[in-house]
Amino acid sequence: MERVPVRELDAKERVKNFEEVCLGYNEEEAVLEASRCINCKNSKCVQNCPVGVNIPKFIEYIKNKDFKQAAEVVFDYNSLPSICGRVCPQESQCEGGCILGIKGQPVAIGKLERFVGDYVLENNIEVYEKKEQNGKKVAVVGSGPAGLSCASTLARLGYSVTIFEALHEAGGVLVYGIPEFRLPKDKVVKKEIENLIKLGVEIKTNVIVGRTITIEELLEDYQAVFVGTGAGLPRFMGIKGENANGVYSANEFLTRANLMKAFLNEYETPIKIGKKVAVIGGGNVAMDAARTAVRLGAEVHIVYRRTEDEMPSRLEELHHAKEEGIIFDTLTNPVEILQDENGWVKGMVLRKMELGEADESGRRSPIEVEGSDYVENFDTVVMAIGTIPNPLISYTTSEIQINKRKCIVVEEDTGKTTMDGVYAGGDAVTGAATVILAMGAGKKAAYAIDEYIKANS
Amino acid sequence: MMYRIVKKEVLAENIYLFDVKAPMVAKSAKPGQFVIVRIDEKGERIPLTICDYDNNKGIVTIVVQAIGASTMKLSRLNVGEKLCDFAGPLGKPSEFIHMTVEELKNKKYLFVAGGVGAAPVYPQVKYLNELGIKSDVIVGARNKELVIFENEFKELGCNLYICTDDGSYGIKGRVTDVINSLVNQGEKYDEVVAIGPMVMMKFVSMLTKKLGIKTTVSLNSIMVDGTGMCGACRVTVGGETKFTCVDGPEFDGHLVDFDVAMKRQNMFRDEEVRRLHHSEGCSCF
Ligand SMILES: Cc1cc2nc3c(=O)[nH]c(=O)nc-3n(C[C@H](O)[C@H](O)[C@H](O)COP(=O)(O)OP(=O)(O)OC[C@H]3O[C@@H](n4cnc5c(N)ncnc54)[C@H](O)[C@@H]3O)c2cc1C
Ligand code: FES
Repeated sequence: MERVPVRELDAKERVKNFEEVCLGYNEEEAVLEASRCINCKNSKCVQNCPVGVNIPKFIEYIKNKDFKQAAEVVFDYNSLPSICGRVCPQESQCEGGCILGIKGQPVAIGKLERFVGDYVLENNIEVYEKKEQNGKKVAVVGSGPAGLSCASTLARLGYSVTIFEALHEAGGVLVYGIPEFRLPKDKVVKKEIENLIKLGVEIKTNVIVGRTITIEELLEDYQAVFVGTGAGLPRFMGIKGENANGVYSANEFLTRANLMKAFLNEYETPIKIGKKVAVIGGGNVAMDAARTAVRLGAEVHIVYRRTEDEMPSRLEELHHAKEEGIIFDTLTNPVEILQDENGWVKGMVLRKMELGEADESGRRSPIEVEGSDYVENFDTVVMAIGTIPNPLISYTTSEIQINKRKCIVVEEDTGKTTMDGVYAGGDAVTGAATVILAMGAGKKAAYAIDEYIKANS
Repeated sequence: MMYRIVKKEVLAENIYLFDVKAPMVAKSAKPGQFVIVRIDEKGERIPLTICDYDNNKGIVTIVVQAIGASTMKLSRLNVGEKLCDFAGPLGKPSEFIHMTVEELKNKKYLFVAGGVGAAPVYPQVKYLNELGIKSDVIVGARNKELVIFENEFKELGCNLYICTDDGSYGIKGRVTDVINSLVNQGEKYDEVVAIGPMVMMKFVSMLTKKLGIKTTVSLNSIMVDGTGMCGACRVTVGGETKFTCVDGPEFDGHLVDFDVAMKRQNMFRDEEVRRLHHSEGCSCF
């Protein structure tokens, strides 16, 4: 049997709005797709899942239409299935290991996970019992997936947890980065956060730890601290003209559009976008920026120095981007941004590249083709070439050691930092990675914090 | 959590002072830092320099010049009304807060304030004053009506020089003229701190470079988050890209590329005009 196709908004229509593109499976479709799983002995899918969700088991329950049981299995491992089902790179994780994928298409594990997560949200099912509080307090810094999962795990162990978030809204990249058309905010992210509040977690926004309050001060009131501050600091290429008007980091562009809703007239944050936009990069962030720019009415080019095969973005995003008419200029790298007399971007000098030997990450590294420079006109340029951890906490807390990539140094198994009582996880530790890894790290640290507090009291 | 306005004062035409109840910010605020304010759920994040703070009362003072759609909306709020967000303190505090009284005693500071720049200069002068260090202060404005904080500076007992472009009050001329004449009279300064419009900071920096006086400026770049996450606030300092919100807002004025900074500051001017127009009820474009 073929994989059950998932319903999507038509590309021509959806580029005019910000509505979610993928509509997901309904009950009937989910049950049908679940029936494709042959429940193989080896379960490569489970081995490939960073948090080891018991995939065959939850799929079995879907097959039997016992969605509540399916949810219980998933939530044992993953507290944010509606989110992970939408944003995990399934093709290189669970679905990449599926035995059906050898000859045909793997089971749509991501879509089934999303189905289970949405079922719980839509039917207001309480998957977690509220546990009696043990009177101990833990502070969580940052409300991205790492912080959310750490807080949720600790709350379920009986701790009273307070999350401190620098921005005015909780969710981290889930609210300021990933766009509505891929991850709906009211329907999914806010609901997940409300569920956390129901568990008794308190969220304090507008608190910049390191500035408003220091880690040392937090440790006076809380038995332990978890740092999940992400990798928010955007990198630039360091080429000429990069500070011209009309050059944005992807974070700025996406924050204006997503968090501040600049595309709606009644919101006050401005956004300015030209007719022709270049997005530099080939990851999820680049795809999100490009697809946002399309929705704001521009002709959009992805400029990437390797080929499509090396693009780190999720496969689904790449497909969607192409359907939406985004032009891929691969094996191309900007060398200079050109500006007009008022300091606005007017184009770029681009250089052709070719692929050389594989580098340490296994990807073939691009080499410049001499004499291949050419000029192309653009009026907006978005840099999506990566981010590094924000140095605010390490600036202000010398006891927390960081490495030369500005990432917080932790003990692998526990997330323990070099400062007593302080744990860390997610992008702040790994550098820009994935939602599921951040979530897994937050959960792991929660158990370590539990042990630490028990041992110290 | 909302942040209540407990006091409002009109300082000059279109310039307003607000005391806002924000205990966590008041507790940690230091001279040189700023806050990000959002008026309501649909508002933008507005960066504003902290101009005073009272830890005991949990109050932070900000001064707003109503020039854009959002600052105009802010200026219409009254005592008792609440701001939806008030995040801070942000940015690095002024360098001198890391110095000992002994070190500071040997230094002479000249503060140069242009327009509403007098507001962020005030906590710096006050801080030094509380350590027993008197500074010289120049306050420049277009005309008499726009001179603010005169009494506050006088109360601190500093040497205050006021100048106006049109000569309607104090010395007729620009702040750079006053700096020149003070130096010509033999005043010796170890450091100049200049806060005001970009052009003013540019010309002060050019002058002090010639005079060989170290100069600190506070940049009011365009910002979104104010936490180092977006890079909207980037400026070129000494040939390197820096983020005003985390690496600044204070920088060495002799190293700042003011021309790029000024261009970037005007990036959303057309958009602002359009929105201002809309917010006044018109929907013509
Ligand atoms: C546009 C975009 C698209 C992406 N798409 C995908 C995808 O499809 N699939 C996927 O798996 N991953 C994706 N990622 C990556 C993924 O979002 C991150 O790996 C993940 O969010 C990291 O989680 P985190 O909790 O470590 O940090 P974040 O989500 O970055 O959250 C950190 C939070 O901490 C706050 N903070 C920072 N400093 C402080 C401080 N000093 N005090 C208080 N709060 C602070 C920040 O404001 C933020 O809210 C994407 C990232 C971006 C930017
Ligand atoms: S305002 Fe976003 S990085 Fe400074």
